[in-house]
Amino acid sequence: MPQPYDFKPTAPWSHLELRANLLRRLRDFFHEHGVWEVETPLLSADTVIDRHIDPIRVTLATDSNGDPTAPAYWLQTSPEFGMKRLLAAYAQPMYQITRAFRADEAGAWHNPEFTIVEWYRPGHAMHDAIDFLSRLADALLHCGPARTTSYHNAFQRCLDLDPMSCSDDDLRRKAHTLKLLDAASLANAATWDRDTWLDLLLSQCVQPTLGQNGAEIIFDYPASQAALARIRPEAPPLAERFELFVQGVELANGYCELQDADELRRRNQEANALRQRDGKPPLPLESRLLQAMDHGLPACSGVALGFDRLTMLAAGAESIDQVIAFPIDRA
Amino acid sequence: MGTYKTSDFRKGLKVQIDGEPYSMIEMNFVKPGKGNAFYKCKLRNLLRHTTLDRTYKGGDSLESADVEEITAQYLYRQADTFVFMQNETYEQYELSAEQVGDAWKFLKEGMPCSIVLFNENPITMTPPNHVELKVEYCEPGAKGDTATNVTKPVKLETGAEVLAPAFINMGNVIKVDTRSGDYVERVSV
Repeated sequence: MPQPYDFKPTAPWSHLELRANLLRRLRDFFHEHGVWEVETPLLSADTVIDRHIDPIRVTLATDSNGDPTAPAYWLQTSPEFGMKRLLAAYAQPMYQITRAFRADEAGAWHNPEFTIVEWYRPGHAMHDAIDFLSRLADALLHCGPARTTSYHNAFQRCLDLDPMSCSDDDLRRKAHTLKLLDAASLANAATWDRDTWLDLLLSQCVQPTLGQNGAEIIFDYPASQAALARIRPEAPPLAERFELFVQGVELANGYCELQDADELRRRNQEANALRQRDGKPPLPLESRLLQAMDHGLPACSGVALGFDRLTMLAAGAESIDQVIAFPIDRA
Repeated sequence: MGTYKTSDFRKGLKVQIDGEPYSMIEMNFVKPGKGNAFYKCKLRNLLRHTTLDRTYKGGDSLESADVEEITAQYLYRQADTFVFMQNETYEQYELSAEQVGDAWKFLKEGMPCSIVLFNENPITMTPPNHVELKVEYCEPGAKGDTATNVTKPVKLETGAEVLAPAFINMGNVIKVDTRSGDYVERVSV
């Protein structure tokens, strides 16, 4: 129900000017680095299968007539599929500034509809992809070159814990010692798996310390959190995934992209099985991305950056509402 | 009894934990982009006014609490029982001295109070934020002394004792803030 004054934007004009300036600087940066702006559909028959990201399903009125089996479309959770299909076809460096949608994500740092900056660059090396992200962050936030820290070392530094070799019980005990959960919540958490404990410790303890003196990029994630990153077959195997943090805020997520279509099929099935175990609906396994990967995806890195959060940091804003004209409850 | 999923969590939600009603007074959504969502909640126990810090994972749920806030007028006190009546339904509600707590001393017949019902039973009562009460007894005020920084204890018609400026006299009606017990102003002489 509309409330009085609901028509007003929640962001001050100065923050909207800042958004405009940052968008311009982003486009300049990509232009100077020979990266092309592209556009792909927001509404797609395919969707990324992420254990913890819920896409919003859309049925086109002409198709539905109340028929629950009518063809479904998805609002993109990121432009990953469309851009990788372009890469498979043209192998060009490209970026996109677009909107992404994620159901049930709302809070001081989340809005279900948000602006995402995503880019792909052909090439093999993770250090090159990390370096490009570091230079982009510096160009926009003037935070200096990013410090790079492995996921392992970040946990060691902050929690004196080896996140790759410690037992699930060690993780539980650490959360308990640090009073992250009271006794009742801890009892509730009896069924949590290893990645849930790692996520809890990362988001509550490690993350607030990251990038406190500038930018910090965490790399080499546990293989179980690879998502669409390729995995280096070491012992333990590590995902060539990296994330940018500035002042404790998660700003960007990048991969040296998985190229093997069969490996993606396997991960999709696994992610769907975990979704169902978590009580979430499974997502369609077949997609045009798999076809594109069967055809051949060039070696490349891809990064997604949250533009609203970037603006929040540049503005010193404490809530995403202060940088989005009309957040979800006024949309 | 319904349940609330984590996606329903928001400030003001009334939930039940171990059979007791709670109000969610803070809710912070934390989620690594590719990771689990966590909901860091602060919950206030509506019976005992204690608070709890709980962290829930996306997909958890809490039982909803049948909690309703109504307005009822204070009728009378009988020994340790305070009786209120909802004007529209004439339904009467009884609260114990323990449930009423310190608020008893501001209660005057006919006063509209807020009562919280849990499973249709009254659990707490809050008088209006400001009440106007007659001064039943105080030391006489010095004539012409209108300073408000000199105070003295005054006893009100309901039994409450508050600090009021020295110029207040017996029979004056004063406005009192029930949340702090502070004198606000003189209403009539």
